[in-house]
Amino acid sequence: MNYCSLSLQRTIDHLLMSPNFKRPRKILSPPPVKGFKPYGPDLGGENGEPVMLLFEEYEALRLCDYDMLNHHHASQEMGVSRPTFTRIYASVRQKIARAFVEGRQITVEGGKVYFDSGWYHCASCTCLFNNPEMEPEVTSCPLCGSKDVGTSDALPENAYIYPGSEDVCVCPACGMEIKHQPGRPCGQQICPSCNTRMKRKGKPGCRK
Amino acid sequence: MKIAITSTGNSPESTLDQRFGRCSYFVVYDTESGATEFIPNPNKNAEDSAGSGSLQLLTSRKVSKIVSGEFGSKIKDTLDRMKIQLIVLRKPEKTISQIIELLDHAKNK
Ligand SMILES: [Zn+2]
Ligand SMILES: [Zn+2]
Repeated sequence: MNYCSLSLQRTIDHLLMSPNFKRPRKILSPPPVKGFKPYGPDLGGENGEPVMLLFEEYEALRLCDYDMLNHHHASQEMGVSRPTFTRIYASVRQKIARAFVEGRQITVEGGKVYFDSGWYHCASCTCLFNNPEMEPEVTSCPLCGSKDVGTSDALPENAYIYPGSEDVCVCPACGMEIKHQPGRPCGQQICPSCNTRMKRKGKPGCRK
Repeated sequence: MKIAITSTGNSPESTLDQRFGRCSYFVVYDTESGATEFIPNPNKNAEDSAGSGSLQLLTSRKVSKIVSGEFGSKIKDTLDRMKIQLIVLRKPEKTISQIIELLDHAKNK
């Protein structure tokens, strides 16, 4: 089994298992692969035109079926309206179904989408930083100017120690966290950043 | 460009405050004019939402980068959306003037 088929297998596993699949959302920019190839005795992989997924369609599927956000939160995450999100999501489901049923390749192509920028690390001053402007390429450290920078695969977990994190309400849409107030249900907390109802951190239904 | 640095005190010799939301002071450094402004953090002892309160304070000052030791988890998503660059420096011994020196150095490279 080649790498692509393996990835496809993994993706299918995730799609099937995702309700119980817990993993912190990995913040990385583009999809991990350029596409998927079908395999099997009757398929050369060259079967007709490939199905082309836009990045935004990939993102919609990831948010809904991998991160298990509802449409409302997923649309906020992508910064598009709810109807727009629903349209993108319907389109990606249709395309994937078509690829599966007709044995077509899937390529992930592009389109307009806002990408989370991932983390970079500077070997000189040891800082971690993000790249929210999405400049074509990060070539130097914003703090010390060193050219000795690279992407950081690991999230800076230790940069995320939140004081008193044992009782925290978290916003399912934007991730904002505030201290839980005893006696007050998290669902009554409104996110100060985006006005979404908050949830208790680590409770089911809050998989981010 | 304006860069915020979290500070333990209100002098250039104060050290980098490792907490973002509940730091003692914010230093807003203007790379064009070289001016520094020390702003006491009103959210220092906030029971909750210190992170978002602090963020609002900084966005009102049009800050485009923030240097701190730690950020509340997932605040990065919000900052990314607001196009603010986060610089996480786990060096609590660094003074504000040292960090400004670094930033000037980076700018002139
Ligand atoms: Zn550096
Ligand atoms: Zn929110």
